[in-house]
Amino acid sequence: MQALTNRSKIASNKKMSFMERIYFPAIVKGMFITIRHFFGKKATINYPEQTREFSQIYRGMHVLKRDDEGRERCTACGLCAVACPAEAITMVAAERKSGEENLYREEKYAEVYEINMLRCIFCGDCEEACPKEAIFLTDRIVESEYERLPFIYGKDRLVEPVDLNLRIDISARQTENVLKFKQNKRFAHNK
Amino acid sequence: MSLVKVTIDEIEVEVEAGTTILNAARKIGGNVVPPAMCYYSKLEGSGGKCRTCLVKVAQGSAKDPRPMPKLVPSCRTVVQNGMVVQNITSPEVMEARKAITEFLLINHPLDCPVCDQAGECSLQDLSYAHGLADTQTIEERRTFAPIDIGDKIKLHMNRCILCYRCVMVADQLTDQRVHGVLGRGDHCEISTYITKAVDNDFSGNMIDVCPVGALTDKTFRFKSRVWFTKPFDAHRDCPKCSGKVVLWMKGEEILRVTGRKDKYGELEVFICNDCRFEHKEDKDWEVEGPRKIERHSVIGQNHYEK
Repeated sequence: MQALTNRSKIASNKKMSFMERIYFPAIVKGMFITIRHFFGKKATINYPEQTREFSQIYRGMHVLKRDDEGRERCTACGLCAVACPAEAITMVAAERKSGEENLYREEKYAEVYEINMLRCIFCGDCEEACPKEAIFLTDRIVESEYERLPFIYGKDRLVEPVDLNLRIDISARQTENVLKFKQNKRFAHNK
Repeated sequence: MSLVKVTIDEIEVEVEAGTTILNAARKIGGNVVPPAMCYYSKLEGSGGKCRTCLVKVAQGSAKDPRPMPKLVPSCRTVVQNGMVVQNITSPEVMEARKAITEFLLINHPLDCPVCDQAGECSLQDLSYAHGLADTQTIEERRTFAPIDIGDKIKLHMNRCILCYRCVMVADQLTDQRVHGVLGRGDHCEISTYITKAVDNDFSGNMIDVCPVGALTDKTFRFKSRVWFTKPFDAHRDCPKCSGKVVLWMKGEEILRVTGRKDKYGELEVFICNDCRFEHKEDKDWEVEGPRKIERHSVIGQNHYEK
């Protein structure tokens, strides 16, 4: 029968030679490979003292953006949650009351917005699904914890601060083509 | 009843004389059925307003084989023996449908992320199938503030496409209509006499009949997107109506009660407001089982569990 791939190997019960049977040369050979790596370039770095350089489109912890006037962009449309392959996102929507126009941009907003960072696979599908440019993945890293519960990130940790100086910059993630596309007057409603 | 032969998109079908082209196409089913935004088989006199169901009649009848000069609304045009109709096989019809979709969307706010109808909206489906990727107009859209008509129904006039279905529901199902279309031309709007409440036992059917999100259920307002809820067929003994409904559940909670819609988005039976708004407890209903939903419907998305 012809093998489907060339990766299969035919097992043989061939008798080992004398050199193979004493094992010592194989051990020396193995040790040599191990010791050689002591002097090579290290594959690891001393995190967190040192950090690696991230790609511009690195997909780390999410941020929920605010618009220029400091209102939350998210309108709890649920498209991120339905796009999420890991089902990490849940939300509860609420209606904006009069007087809250400076807090939320649309009639409806997310009262609760939770991402389970243990389930999240950082694929960026939520970012892609979002019609309101509200959710972005950033180059920040989800911090490690000793328990599971703190990994469920609520709005307190996802929404960016109102203060313009503390905003999370995501401009590097948007390519020239995207920015050019947004210049179009027809998309002014999404400002 | 005499039968007449009609050919729609090269498929021949025999229907009773007096049937409209749309209903003849529905008899064939599948892709040849023209979309309908205003026609509603259960409402007398509906249809002819939205123009999405325009088709081309390539041959008027066997006796008079001349084509009809213009595209005709299939919901209002009666078939004749030997008629040849083109729907999806005619590029002219497809182009007209695209233009009509654009026309219906001229004043539509496209606020689908906010709208409760998203996911089961005929206009959303229509624009997904025939709409343009962007709009050609830069003019301001006309805007209205959402108003309450009655304590259970919210009216978003922005989203309305003036199909008159809700007006017909009030005329034909209830004994007193207090809402209607005011104004003319571009100023048309659905409204009541100075926000007079619509409180009739069957007024809630307006919500189901509305092809867009103009009339929405206030008891379900922003509770959940439709695709996060699971539909179940259920019934109860109701003194006013048949009591056959669909429960939209999230976990153990009944978030919304609607009538049962067929594949053309039309209610099988109208239900009363008592069933729709007042009974949201588990014990009120006898659940028959999960409702069959179309394979490609967004409502079936992400429901991996059995």
